Amino acid sequence: MTADETPGGTGAERNGSAPGGSAAVAVDTESHARAHGYRPRHTLPFRVEALRQLRRRRTLIMLGLLALLPWILVIAFKVGGDPRRDNVPTLVDVATGSALNLTAFALFVSTGFLLVVAVALFCGDTIASEASWSSLRYLLAAPVPRARLLRVKLAVSLAYSALALIVLPGMALLAGTVAFGWGPLEIPIGGTLTSGEALRRMAVVVAYGMVSQLVVAAVAFWLSTVTDAPLGAVGGAVGLVVVSNIIDAVTALGSWRDLLPTHWQFAWIDALQQDVEWDGMVKGSAVSVAYALVFIALAFRHFERKDIVS
Amino acid sequence: MTWKTAVARRLPATRRARVLTAVGVLLAVLAAVLVATTGGDDKASPVRSSDQRVEVAAAPGSADRIVLDTTAYWPDTGRPAPAVLLAHGFGGNKATVRSEAEELARRGYVVLTWSARGFGASGGQIALDQPDFEVADARALVDWLAARPEVRLDRPGDPRVGAAGVSYGGALSLLLAAYDPRVDAVAPQWTWNDLSDALLPNATGAGAAQGVFKKMWAGVFFSAGAATPLGGALGGPPAAPGTPAPPAADPVCGRFTPEVCAVYQEVARTGKATPQAVDLLRRASPASVADRIRVPTLLVQGQNDSLFPLAQADATAEAVARNGFPVEVAWTAGGHDGGPAQTGWVLDKTADWFAKWLGSDAGAARTEAAKATPPGPVQPGPFSVTRFGGVDTNTREQVVRIASGPRYPGIDGSTRRSLPLLGATQTVVNPPGGAPPSISTLPGLGALGTLGQLGNGSAVGGFALDMPGQSAYFSTAPLDAALRITGGSTVRVHVSGADDIVLFAKLYDVEPGGNAVLPYQLAAPVRITGARDGRDVDIRLPEIDREIDAGHQLRVVLTATDLGYATPAEPATYQVAAAGPVTVPSAAGLKPPPPGYAWWTWGLPAIAAAVAAGLLLTVRRRRADKIAAPELADVPLRIDNLTKRYKGGKLAVDDLSFQIERGQVLGLLGPNGAGKTTTLRMVMGLIHPDGGRIRIFGHPVTPGAPVLSRLGSFVEGPGFLPHLSGRDNLDLYWQATGRPRDDAHFDEAVEIAGLGEALDRKVRTYSQGMRQRLAIAQAMLGLPDLLVLDEPTNGLDPPQIRAMRDVLIRYATDGAGRTVVVSSHLLAEVEQTCTHVVVMHRGRLVAAGPVAEITGDGNTLAIGTPLPGKAVEALAGLPGVASVEPEGEGVLVHLAGAEPSAVVAELVGAGVAVDRVTAKRRLEDAFLTLIGEQGK
Repeated sequence: MTADETPGGTGAERNGSAPGGSAAVAVDTESHARAHGYRPRHTLPFRVEALRQLRRRRTLIMLGLLALLPWILVIAFKVGGDPRRDNVPTLVDVATGSALNLTAFALFVSTGFLLVVAVALFCGDTIASEASWSSLRYLLAAPVPRARLLRVKLAVSLAYSALALIVLPGMALLAGTVAFGWGPLEIPIGGTLTSGEALRRMAVVVAYGMVSQLVVAAVAFWLSTVTDAPLGAVGGAVGLVVVSNIIDAVTALGSWRDLLPTHWQFAWIDALQQDVEWDGMVKGSAVSVAYALVFIALAFRHFERKDIVS
Repeated sequence: MTWKTAVARRLPATRRARVLTAVGVLLAVLAAVLVATTGGDDKASPVRSSDQRVEVAAAPGSADRIVLDTTAYWPDTGRPAPAVLLAHGFGGNKATVRSEAEELARRGYVVLTWSARGFGASGGQIALDQPDFEVADARALVDWLAARPEVRLDRPGDPRVGAAGVSYGGALSLLLAAYDPRVDAVAPQWTWNDLSDALLPNATGAGAAQGVFKKMWAGVFFSAGAATPLGGALGGPPAAPGTPAPPAADPVCGRFTPEVCAVYQEVARTGKATPQAVDLLRRASPASVADRIRVPTLLVQGQNDSLFPLAQADATAEAVARNGFPVEVAWTAGGHDGGPAQTGWVLDKTADWFAKWLGSDAGAARTEAAKATPPGPVQPGPFSVTRFGGVDTNTREQVVRIASGPRYPGIDGSTRRSLPLLGATQTVVNPPGGAPPSISTLPGLGALGTLGQLGNGSAVGGFALDMPGQSAYFSTAPLDAALRITGGSTVRVHVSGADDIVLFAKLYDVEPGGNAVLPYQLAAPVRITGARDGRDVDIRLPEIDREIDAGHQLRVVLTATDLGYATPAEPATYQVAAAGPVTVPSAAGLKPPPPGYAWWTWGLPAIAAAVAAGLLLTVRRRRADKIAAPELADVPLRIDNLTKRYKGGKLAVDDLSFQIERGQVLGLLGPNGAGKTTTLRMVMGLIHPDGGRIRIFGHPVTPGAPVLSRLGSFVEGPGFLPHLSGRDNLDLYWQATGRPRDDAHFDEAVEIAGLGEALDRKVRTYSQGMRQRLAIAQAMLGLPDLLVLDEPTNGLDPPQIRAMRDVLIRYATDGAGRTVVVSSHLLAEVEQTCTHVVVMHRGRLVAAGPVAEITGDGNTLAIGTPLPGKAVEALAGLPGVASVEPEGEGVLVHLAGAEPSAVVAELVGAGVAVDRVTAKRRLEDAFLTLIGEQGK
């Protein structure tokens, strides 16, 4: 991945062209190899890419939406009253039990789509939007080595995706504390978890959420290198999740469904009961990581060889 | 440039197709591997079976015969095999055990099933596993087996035979082992040790005579025998269709013997034990022949079983171990109150047990030896307990794990811990008629009864109800550490207030929030007599296996009524006080099975990692000359034989070669589509050449080559983040290069952009021209040694064009040795800006050199005249005129030193009217001519 970073550039800045000064008298070849102060490893720092993405409207809107959702849920429960328990116990029955319950419920309603969209947005938009703005070619000609560009962009996208997965439960905890008070987590099928234990479980849930969304992130990221249309990449990744969910509904497929990228997306619920069941989360992580590895490799492979014509 | 966009669109499309194909193939391979490893579930092979009617005595000593309806299942071992008598549960018949029988036959046993007397198509009446009836029948079946050549014999008339069964059939197998020494091993499941104790329990240990009548269960039992077969509630799956029960002779007693019927009616009517009842039930109990059960015994007992609780199996285990024979105990999930029956696991366990003691000659020999010489008591074990984990959202089932250890500790556990109980003396009211009753288990209600085990701490076991006023509560302090109770806890209470006190003792797990869970809904009934003035009694609480989490409390509840039992109808009040701690047993040394995951849990990421590595390592990096050419270190740009062919075969750049020296302003001139932009993109390392090479300061250009840092570029329009201001764009772009901020020369760039205050507005609000200038400013950040600008004046107004021209000329000629490449399709622009020019057309180099050289020294005049012929004549001989030729409505005069004024004067002098005179430069000619030639 670092083939572009040819060695031996350390002496460049010593002898390099002085700013605006005369470089015509430079003698050794190394000083010709690069501009003064240029180091491939120092291009496109994580912080710079994070800043470039942060001020985008869609980043802020998405993070804002995730931060707002718990409050919307709180208002909905305040207006509509406590949920009625029906025959099948679900997280919604106990959503107003405590801040932790609201958090579990907020995660439950967001996992299937909202968080998918958020992750797909952060990871699918990152390169395709640069291509659509034409800023990609200037970054590459700066030059930011292609592999490094992908690495940094992937890291930043994953960081924002992780942030999304932290903002939602974090804000739900806050909103739930304000609205329903702090207390133990009530489990739909009965029983409670102490708040300390429940917080630890929430950490597990969020961590698993991050891992399980890796597949969405990787597909979106790969599509982002393939297409110059940001919405195409985001939509493609979301579409994959939708299709996977549809196929997952075909129970006749039996254990084949275990390999679907979304089959395990709700496995984190196994952590919100008296006895944590790890099996689903372990399998879900395995499937997600496997897909993610392949698609990220495809992204690098494709981008490395791609002619940038945008 | 439509063809470019077309190509651009097709380019990723084909690659995408290839990649998608690759992904598809990968998934197919993974799927194939999965199929190959999981395999199709092999269909169970058919088992040969034969039905036969076996006649047995209707009663001991009687000449009357009844017929037993039997089915034998034959293994295809080809030699005499050990046999298993497989008895069905109460309410079932021989068909209800068919699948188990077939499976055992597949594993090499002759399996004989039969409908017990009073059930199915067999004759006779239900005598409740009485030794003279059902047990005698089973002995007759052993005789039958002994006569079959397919059955292996230990000695003549003594087949190698085991017995197994659930519930009613399980007790029969134990009784058979006691009454028939030919039996070599038994594996009863969910059955009783003492039926009187099961139906008339008393947790004080006072015995069935003072028991509390388990009226609901007894009623379910009785009605099942009296009328149509009851489904699986009494063990075994529902009766197979097509085997209707024979019509009941007596609408009340049904197929029960008169003795059983009379006893039941008496007890059910009074709610109290009678000596006859206790005697009858004891006779039907392994407990009555405990010292005669001298075979290896596998005891499988259900934890969710209020009919035959774990203590029943415990008593049998103790007896068999005392007799010196091996005992294995398994507490399964499920039981008569429902829940997962673990049928497969139990069958495996049973088959293993028989394999050990029937199939293996060594095992059989040990049993024979032990029977011949009574051994001393042995330690019972191994022991296994089915424990529930959480619910797996994938299967939507509760996860079941089986913990096991080498020793069976008994219901008193291997260790005990006493927990003080808090709670004052409380008054308990027995309401008149015992109604409304508190509720523990609801017998026979199957699914409802199972709710109590949902989750480790389910509150859905909300059917457990202790009527207020009828109950006394005593709690421990919250536990400081988690505690697993395995066995039956004990508690001592002080009771007073009546001569005949019936109470139901329950042990709750109370969560910190106050939610109380009654494990398996179990209650321990106690009848205390002679306690009008107060009496201490020790109560054995229900036997459970349950983890009590830290912070939870244990709560002992004593309630006066229970829906499932007959309680005194007389109203009464009792005083109940805790007289001691609650002592809870634990079983040490039980190990849960190691968690196992499907192979692909680890295999899939590993395969994916390998595939990913393969994808990355097999990237065919285009062969690029990475060796620097030191002799070219001072040549800003050198292009050799550059060729680029887009997908579809179109040659965008064809064998292009040129070189630029320091200080030059090179114009790359060509019409739209000449390949200028493609060339510049290759110079920037954005697209890969198909042939040739580009060197910047001697260093070959590859994507991301460090030497590109010496290049400033503006190609095919600006590229900015629209949500950021112009200033932020420049700032972040420079930070992205990772170079020192001082090297950027922002002020100069900003000045070139000339955006003024607009620099702090978002780029999205900019006009085309503003973006253009900002982009050129960005290209000039860091004052690169080589500046490449593609159509830089597009979208600029004339004053800006002029200013830009000056900037570029100054940039290259201010003595710093910088070089500028400007591409354009406008001749005038190149002519006015550039020192050198490269003319391209259709990807090929047409001409290259200094502008002046291409232009030539002199000028060309186009003279409009109505008389071109005369004009040619007039000028032909004029000195300083190189050539004259007619062109359109006039002539074209190539000057070689003559002044235009002289030419005009000559024409006028020759009488040729001159309409207009315009200067025409040679570059344009050359350009058009060259292009024209190429175009032909």
